Amino acid sequence: MFTQLPLIILVLPLLGFLLLIFLGKRLPRKGDWLAAGLLITALALSLSLLISKLAGQPDESFTQTFRWLAIGTHTIHFGITIDNLSAVMLVVVTLVSSLVHLFSIGYMKDDPRYSRYYAYLGLFSFSMLGIVLTSNLLFMYIFWELVGISSYLLIGFWYEKKSASNAANKAFIVNRVGDFGMFLGIMILFVNFATFSFKEIFDLVEAGQLPYGSTGWLTTAGLLIFCGAIGKSAQFPLQVWLPDAMEGPTPVSALIHAATMVAAGVYLVARMFPMLTADALLVIAYIGAITSFLAASIALTQFDIKRVLAFSTISQLGYMILALGVGAYTAGFMHLVTHAAFKAGLFLGAGSVIYAMHQVLHAQNDHHTDAQDVRNMGGLKSKMPVTYYTFLMFTLAISGIPLTSGFLSKDEILAGTLAYSTLNGHWLLPLLGFVVAGMTAFYMFRLLLLTFHGNPSDRERISAIKESPLVMTLPLIVLATVSLFVFYSFNPFGAADGWLYQAIERPISMVPNMLQPVDAGIFEEAVHHIHGTAMVLSILFALSGILLAIGMYYWKKIKAENLVQRTGVLYDLSFNSWYFDELYDRIFVSGLFLLTRISKWFDEHIIDAIVNSSAWVSRGIASVAGLFDTNIVDGLVHATAASADRAGSMLSKIQTGKIQTYLVYVIFSFLVLFILFI
Amino acid sequence: MEFQFLGLGILSWIVFIPILGMIIILLIPDRNRNAIRWTAAAVTSIQVLLAGIIYSVFDQAKTGINNIESFQFVEHHNWITVDAVPWVGKIKIDYFLGLDGLSILMVILTALIAFVGVISSWNIKKMVKGYFALYLLLIAGIMGVFVALDFFLFFIFWEVMLLPMYFLIGIWGGPQREYAAIKFFLYTFIGGILMLLTMLALYFSVAYTDPATGESIHTFNILHMMNPDNFVDGGLLGGLDTTWRYVAWMALFINFAIKIPIFPFHTWLPDAHVQAPTPISVILAGVLLKLGAYGLLRINFPIFPDATLYFGYFMAVLGMISIIYGAFCAMAQDDFKKLIAYSSISHMGIVILGIAALNTQGMVGGVLQMFNHGIITAVLFLSVGVLYDRTHTRGLYDFGGMANQMPKYTGIAMVGMFAAMGLPGLNGFVSELFSFLGAFAAYRWITIISVTGIIITAAYILWTIQRIFLGKTPDRWEDLKDLTLREYISFVPLIILIVLLGIFPSLAIDLINSSLSGLVELVTGGGI
Repeated sequence: MFTQLPLIILVLPLLGFLLLIFLGKRLPRKGDWLAAGLLITALALSLSLLISKLAGQPDESFTQTFRWLAIGTHTIHFGITIDNLSAVMLVVVTLVSSLVHLFSIGYMKDDPRYSRYYAYLGLFSFSMLGIVLTSNLLFMYIFWELVGISSYLLIGFWYEKKSASNAANKAFIVNRVGDFGMFLGIMILFVNFATFSFKEIFDLVEAGQLPYGSTGWLTTAGLLIFCGAIGKSAQFPLQVWLPDAMEGPTPVSALIHAATMVAAGVYLVARMFPMLTADALLVIAYIGAITSFLAASIALTQFDIKRVLAFSTISQLGYMILALGVGAYTAGFMHLVTHAAFKAGLFLGAGSVIYAMHQVLHAQNDHHTDAQDVRNMGGLKSKMPVTYYTFLMFTLAISGIPLTSGFLSKDEILAGTLAYSTLNGHWLLPLLGFVVAGMTAFYMFRLLLLTFHGNPSDRERISAIKESPLVMTLPLIVLATVSLFVFYSFNPFGAADGWLYQAIERPISMVPNMLQPVDAGIFEEAVHHIHGTAMVLSILFALSGILLAIGMYYWKKIKAENLVQRTGVLYDLSFNSWYFDELYDRIFVSGLFLLTRISKWFDEHIIDAIVNSSAWVSRGIASVAGLFDTNIVDGLVHATAASADRAGSMLSKIQTGKIQTYLVYVIFSFLVLFILFI
Repeated sequence: MEFQFLGLGILSWIVFIPILGMIIILLIPDRNRNAIRWTAAAVTSIQVLLAGIIYSVFDQAKTGINNIESFQFVEHHNWITVDAVPWVGKIKIDYFLGLDGLSILMVILTALIAFVGVISSWNIKKMVKGYFALYLLLIAGIMGVFVALDFFLFFIFWEVMLLPMYFLIGIWGGPQREYAAIKFFLYTFIGGILMLLTMLALYFSVAYTDPATGESIHTFNILHMMNPDNFVDGGLLGGLDTTWRYVAWMALFINFAIKIPIFPFHTWLPDAHVQAPTPISVILAGVLLKLGAYGLLRINFPIFPDATLYFGYFMAVLGMISIIYGAFCAMAQDDFKKLIAYSSISHMGIVILGIAALNTQGMVGGVLQMFNHGIITAVLFLSVGVLYDRTHTRGLYDFGGMANQMPKYTGIAMVGMFAAMGLPGLNGFVSELFSFLGAFAAYRWITIISVTGIIITAAYILWTIQRIFLGKTPDRWEDLKDLTLREYISFVPLIILIVLLGIFPSLAIDLINSSLSGLVELVTGGGI
């Protein structure tokens, strides 16, 4: 059960990829149902695996390994692990992926590279499942890179557009920066522990072995591996790729932002948790908090429906990272799960809106209006009821309103940060956390109101809008359903009573005692005490955010324009994403190009010049020798003027272009040098 | 000796069958071009077949390196013996061929790339007879270097490659072929002289005692040179850690470094590549560059373990510079072929970094990287050739949208590009991984700087892909045709290997592991 099944689940999407990439166009319907069917099968298998795991052996962990290669005396394995963490994750990934497959049948139906699209989706799902299942760091890195390349292929799927291929490049290269750190971390661990296996590394750390014998290196190694998560999960300062990544088809955004790519970073931190020191975790917590705040502040002012969602993803990922950093492990992971559902829903909902807009704009022969700008929408509620009500559900969930899944997980995270600050005094973390909760509620309701409520921006256009077909709305309904609290806990105000909290426990830290994060027991105790306060606060913050949004965009009591003017610089910063792209362009991109130009110049004008001039010098030596020789043989001594004349003709004779002559010169000059030096 | 045919062992056959082919080609009338091409194709196919036989019977447990007993397919005959030469005594040059884990991948690579090169030479129109005759001579020389165990023989094969290469670039090359050819020639020739001098110094310093007669005989036998007991008293290169040994090591190193090429000896490479016809670029980058690294491992490392240890850090630094500098230069190019040429410098830098680590991971990674780079870079140069044949331009800014125009070509070229980028699942990843891992254990900071190369590499490769394959097709390329069958045949075996060795790297690693462990042992254990 726990040995065969995960392998089958892993291989199914890969099979889809191979079949579609080679046979795609020849398959019935270009293979869309084949791809979707494989993923739905994987989902069914994952569900049965999860249920039997939790019902049967909830405390066990199953690992099987296969020899991959042997090098020197080391044998390196490919291994897969089924524990509660990976079993839950399998369901999340396959669920979102299957729904994205289904949704795409509608969304992508006229695309010329339809089967290619499904092939890439399969590769993406396979890579992500690999990350979930792997039992060692090396294969984590391997699947990590495969996720990177699949995202590259999908983000740049409409590669005729320059902006799409730029976004794909940016995503891959920015991720490589993070992977660089991760790779260094892996090397440190391998060089010291001679293994890639998570379990063996943790065991060695527990046994008191430290990289290079120092606790500093243990922290460093942990943080370097975390760099990978900074890249994939779009944390500060590598968050810049994610907003651009929406250049890909919208269902792909749903996949990237919800269950695959970005989730990988959080999952990595969760996997590595036992070897992260308190110092490393503190840095991680701050990175998460900063990211969360930064992204939320940007989302406040955006008008592109996908862009708002993109920044909200970054912000929510910041929450998860923050949660793991403060030790609210289960809360962080639970938010990954709940967020996957409602964020996939939000993106698919946005996709449904964009699809409808496209249809109308196309019919009206309008190629100028941006189908993603909320200012061109408004009043869609009555036209697209299913999309609207599901979108409302997702918005409530992400805003953390009670009775939703998002409330459960977000509330636990905020309680965790508050508890952490009471123990450690890092009060900035909960402060940012609560402020972000308010901001989230505001920008999400702003988006909802601008898109679906209010007056249509263009009566003719909006009145022509139609609800999307069932194959697109069905995934929305499924995701809206699983955004209800009951799927995670029967107590709408207590995530801790639910099955997920029972199944996922914070792993025991393996690091030396003095580096340990706050003990799980003490932490739980503190959370327990502060939970009520945190809940009230989080609801208050969310409600005030919603109220502000309604006041501004529904009742129009507060004029948005006035607020824009009043906030001035802050608005500019937010609207322009804090100018990170510009900053990185100036420093890193320009810097890189400068370095490449310098290298090229150096190569052509220094190194090659030395080479050419040394050839010239040896030719000169040879010509002098040749001159000397000819003169002796001829026995002719001319006047200075005459010999200068002769020298000229000699020199030109020497430049015969014949290799044999040059050869003679070179050998000769070499012999001269040789004799001189010996 | 069980693989004999007409009195010659399999290694002799694999080395000399191209010469045989060359003679046949010279006998074929000029106008009969197809007969010439098919002869070359047949000869290289036989080589691939022989390489396949070698692969299938190769015993991967045997170490080789410095132990004649564990070499395989050995052929050892007296070749030139001159008695009583004044001052020197007896001169003895052997015909001595053998194969171990260090050379097997190179032999397979040479056979394969030679075959691919012939396929892609099909549309050479100018002086077909001369071209293929020289081509086969070149292959014979390369193959000979990889299996020679007598230094003199090694040197002869080494020099045999030089002239055909010179003419193949100088006659069949692009507009500036003569400059490029002379540059290649002079660089290599200078290296050759350094090697010749060192070889002679070694010859006079090494003598072994003939077990039959008890007399002491100077020898070119590389294996004898690896045994410190064979160095005669008072010989120039005797002892350990002497200045002369360092000088000799350095002289050989420069020779090999030119071939690899390592910064700052690399500037012949971009010129040679840009001017050379596609198949010659494929040979050049695919196998010729490997001769340098192979020479280091076959000669420098085991004969001068002391100097190798002494210069380990130096090699690592040069490797690091090559990786970073090569990548930067590659990024700055706007000629597709030149970009690939500089990327070769960068990728061969990884080889140097790996073998400089002097541990098994680094060494295995480095040798595997030699093989993998040979395959990958062949795909890349063939890709350049496909476009150049159709458009007569290599400017990166002249293209765009090839993914729509030539989808099959794009798919194949992208696999090669991704492999060059070190993408897991393709072969380049594994060898880069172990090169870096090994190097990291030995030189922490150098490796950290080197690993930044993976970011720059990703940047220039993706940027290249964007400029050539993505975007919209320019109007003037709208009638470009996708790959022909012949082009397919040249790509497919390489692509299969890229994927196969990416997923099952043990197919190659198991062949070389034991020998390279032995080499590491010899260098680090024997020298100190």
